[in-house]
Amino acid sequence: MEQTFDWFGARGLAMRQTGAERAYSGAVEGMAGIDLVLLSAGEIPRELGAGRIDLGVTGSDLLRDRLADWQGQVVELAAMGFGHADLILAVPTAWIDVGTPDDLDAVAAAFRRVHGFRLRIATKYHRLVRDYLTAHGIADYQLVDSQGATEGTVKNLTAEAIADITTTGETLRANHLKPLTGVIHASQATLYAARHSRMDGRTQATYAGLAALLNLPGLGS
Amino acid sequence: MTPAIRAEAQHLFAAFQAAGAVPVETDILQPAEILLDLYGEDIRARAYTTQDPLRGELMLRPDFTVPVVRAHMANGADPARYCYLGEVFRKQDNAPNRASEYLQAGFEVFDRAAPEQADAEVFSLFSELLAPLSLRSATGDIGILMAAVQGLSTTEARKTALLRHIWRPQRFRALLDRYSGRIATPDARDDLLHRLAADTPEALVAAAGPLVGQRSASEIAARARALIADAATPPLAAPEAALLYDLLSLQAPAEAALTHLRGIQPLLPAIAPAVDRFEQRLLALASRGINTKTLAFEASHGRSSLEYYDGFVFSFHAAGEFGASDLPPVASGGRYDALTAVLGHGRSIPAVGGIIRPWLVAALGGLA
Repeated sequence: MEQTFDWFGARGLAMRQTGAERAYSGAVEGMAGIDLVLLSAGEIPRELGAGRIDLGVTGSDLLRDRLADWQGQVVELAAMGFGHADLILAVPTAWIDVGTPDDLDAVAAAFRRVHGFRLRIATKYHRLVRDYLTAHGIADYQLVDSQGATEGTVKNLTAEAIADITTTGETLRANHLKPLTGVIHASQATLYAARHSRMDGRTQATYAGLAALLNLPGLGS
Repeated sequence: MTPAIRAEAQHLFAAFQAAGAVPVETDILQPAEILLDLYGEDIRARAYTTQDPLRGELMLRPDFTVPVVRAHMANGADPARYCYLGEVFRKQDNAPNRASEYLQAGFEVFDRAAPEQADAEVFSLFSELLAPLSLRSATGDIGILMAAVQGLSTTEARKTALLRHIWRPQRFRALLDRYSGRIATPDARDDLLHRLAADTPEALVAAAGPLVGQRSASEIAARARALIADAATPPLAAPEAALLYDLLSLQAPAEAALTHLRGIQPLLPAIAPAVDRFEQRLLALASRGINTKTLAFEASHGRSSLEYYDGFVFSFHAAGEFGASDLPPVASGGRYDALTAVLGHGRSIPAVGGIIRPWLVAALGGLA
């Protein structure tokens, strides 16, 4: 939140939290007609998709994973240059024979023959990971849901590989995992506009003022 | 769904019964595990999944062929002809304007006696039924490509890898490019092979750190040895590779395609039985009034993921707006002998069939 406030502040739009320190309420100063709503990053894609908010800031990983056909639901207005993290595939470091997604495909075929089930990849990014693996022609795997501590699933024998966000790779190394070549998605904090929010005339005028101040693209039709 | 679409569906269903098919029903809720084992995780992007407190994960029927084959393998007559009519459900994440629930009318033949006759029977039945709509038909034969791969003079491991990806054209192409030496091995692979030249796989695994997870050190060592063997495998002989690339892009009227295949057969003798079957099928089609001089043939037709065809394949396409590339064909089908083996737990039967989409028939003016 602080970084988002800084980003807008540096561009001439001051934002601040109102009320008590832990109260989720805020205000925009210096421009009328904008309501500031503080929501969890994971809920913002859904609210944008439903058009209940006009603009939203969240990680591009969450947005692209949570919204099907995301380009049909939102407009990407600005990459904000913070919150960088890469969604990657990782396997045990001791898998000396695996360095690329192609290797993973070959291993998945052999693993299924030996163990009788499809190689398990733990992740919470189901759509992004599945689309990536499909595009790379990887078969004989299954995604298992992991909403946290994903790096631990391999050691705990509930997955053979993982797909998760990493910044420094430290957690991977601590869990004896290594990333494969290729990034599924390079994520960062991004400002989006909802395509289905049906702005009225006054809201459109407010957006035009905001777009001029922040140098944002128009929303088109 | 509209009354006009249902009327088209009933008309097609009646025509299939008149052609000798027994109507069959299948549940809308299908066990997810069977579909996932067959198609892999990709099916989750297309099928609706739901949860039953006792039966576990279920999917809303994404197609009829799998449940019809399962029912046949469990207690079907031999030979058998089936038809069905009902809803299928497909998520349309990337095509929000396409219906996610629509009717399919289908016809399937399980017959050991004369597979090429059965191919021709299904195709000519569809062709006759759909004739008033003036559709464009396309045919192919995945069996010829499979036979060509099996006939390559290379290792079983490479043939198996190619056959495993026969329905993923891009991945197949990438493997073929690598096996024929058109693209270099990745640096990481060269680096590993270099280290394997100096040490045993077991020693390298042990040196790489603690092994976590279910994949054992011996599995890793086995693949490392397979990589060493693969690195020592010479690239596909240039003429063989050229023939395979030629086959992938073969597109011609069916009789001209047959002449072409007979021409390359001496260089790739393994395709002879598959080309014989192709010829038999053309004769059977001609005897049922199909013009095989003009019938379109593509050796790569029908190769896409979420398919299971391994022989004859066909489709019927509309012209104009309803033939747009983002719309499915009006009708499609093919032969799926291997699927019956997978779902039959060791037993199998040659099988061929296809489906028609009544909503497209109605959109094109209808038959009923």
